[in-house]
Amino acid sequence: MEGAGAVVGVQVPARSARSELRAIKVVWRRELIRFANDRMRIVTSLVQPLLFLFVLGSGLQQLSAASTHGVNLKTFIYPGILCISVMFIAMFSAASIVWDREFGFLREMMVAPVRRSSIVVGKCLGGATVASLQGVILIALAGAVDVPYDVPMMLGIFGLQLLLAFSITAFGVMVAARVTQMQSFMGLMQMVIMPMFFLSGALFPVTDLPGWLAFLNRIDPLTYAVSPMRTLVFGQLGLSAEAEAALNPGITWFGWTVPIALEILTVAVLGLIMLGIAIWEFNAGE
Amino acid sequence: MSAEAAIEVRGLSKSFGEVEAVRGVSFEVAAGEVFGFLGPNGAGKTTTINMLCTLARPSAGSASVAGHDVVAERDEVRRHIGLVFQDPTLDGYLSAEQNLRLHAELYGVERSLVAPRMRQVLEMVGLWERRGAQVLTFSGGMRRRLEIARGLMHSPRVLFLDEPTIGLDPQTRSSIWGYIRELQQSEAITIFMTTHYMDEAEFCGRIAIMDHGEIVALDTPEALKEGVGADRIRIETDDDGATIEAIGERFGLEAQVSEGAVSFAVADGAEFVPRLFAELGLPIRSVSVARPTLDDVFMSFTGSTIRDAEESGDKLRNRIAAQMMGGVRR
Repeated sequence: MEGAGAVVGVQVPARSARSELRAIKVVWRRELIRFANDRMRIVTSLVQPLLFLFVLGSGLQQLSAASTHGVNLKTFIYPGILCISVMFIAMFSAASIVWDREFGFLREMMVAPVRRSSIVVGKCLGGATVASLQGVILIALAGAVDVPYDVPMMLGIFGLQLLLAFSITAFGVMVAARVTQMQSFMGLMQMVIMPMFFLSGALFPVTDLPGWLAFLNRIDPLTYAVSPMRTLVFGQLGLSAEAEAALNPGITWFGWTVPIALEILTVAVLGLIMLGIAIWEFNAGE
Repeated sequence: MSAEAAIEVRGLSKSFGEVEAVRGVSFEVAAGEVFGFLGPNGAGKTTTINMLCTLARPSAGSASVAGHDVVAERDEVRRHIGLVFQDPTLDGYLSAEQNLRLHAELYGVERSLVAPRMRQVLEMVGLWERRGAQVLTFSGGMRRRLEIARGLMHSPRVLFLDEPTIGLDPQTRSSIWGYIRELQQSEAITIFMTTHYMDEAEFCGRIAIMDHGEIVALDTPEALKEGVGADRIRIETDDDGATIEAIGERFGLEAQVSEGAVSFAVADGAEFVPRLFAELGLPIRSVSVARPTLDDVFMSFTGSTIRDAEESGDKLRNRIAAQMMGGVRR
């Protein structure tokens, strides 16, 4: 087929399920390569969670010692910090779609003979993986906040972080499909992420809240990630029933206590819905 | 390769709101041909290329590339084309090699062939030695060369180059033309490119001249130049208006002002100049006679030089951009 034999001719296979899986893998791996190249991001994205955990945690301890039933405030907010740390990183991962569009690389992916849904899925999985890798550093800090190193607990935390990071990345990608400017994107994400963080109960127990706050807390998706995380961590602390009731009462819907499994399911379903919207938006664009 | 056309376009149109960017163009490109799309910015070249590359949906008409319809068989078309866009689309944080590998995997190139193919395309554009360097450290010319190498990674049947030499220094421009000629000889590939450099269009086998969304001429560069059938005389005068009038009255010729000089076409320039001085009766500051160039071809079909057309074209482009912005917001 070729002339002087010097030319290496290659063939592009027809599209198949395998080629879609490969595309997901390619996009996923690119996220990892870029993360590994960007050491600055690894360090800077740790600053905020560590500030909350050690500065806020240690500082407010003076005020709250009486009502935490002997539990250190740092220990109390640790599960919340595990959630917020992956949120920030997942948000940055989603932001890379905005960069990719600005620097043209998105176009290179969009014209490849693969479905756009594969690209979006790869991006979300990449964001989730990168965020969870970062989360490992915070899991490693468990000892510093008096949480024992228990292997099933640590695996559980890792799994929850993975799920949460996936959903947040999907949310970010969904927003990035519409918001094409970096500044607007970051502003919008901050505007959504910070209230989600404060309302979620990452920093306070969700019992006996004023009505308006209880309502906002229940409609905050992050609430359903913080609660299982807290249950997982508190399971290792050997708390009295009284302390457990005060600090980790579980989430109630009109008086009905929501099972942990349903909470996790809520996060997963919301993530999938946002993923679906993101795919739809990218397919609709030319 | 078969004799069937690599690209077949029938009545292709594209509108953005009420702006018609492409108005029913039709043409064919044979397999193995280097086909040039020539025209000022805003003439509709990029919009046409985007439709052929499945990046934009035609408003009307049809097109097939490598034997597949661009709307109905989008993925088939994508498998067989390589693209080099006007704007960069490389990942600057990755190395040259990583960019090419990523592309090969995205297109599903067989693993064992990735390394030799990569070496081949990188050597062709002279970047093999720099394969490990981050693309961020590359100059504009190196990036464009890398984009061309990447566009070739999956051995496309048709390579689309949208203004491949825009903004590059003359040396890089000529080396890019070197690769294009080399490619045409070494691989069975059809090249479709747009340019608004008249001198580059000469390298194409055939060119289509596009203006205001329509193809106004299509032939080999030689045939187009012969078609003009005249030399072009440019004169600088103190009063262009009076000169144009005088040329019309005395010689029955139609002259225009372009790029600061009065210009018009005559069958034999050298013979005409003495008559011009003897009969015009108006002061002439300088005169030049030129054999027809593609610029003249462009002028004879559109009535303006490509640079003059560019200025009005920019206005159209801004209008299209404004329409598109408005369209996105729904």
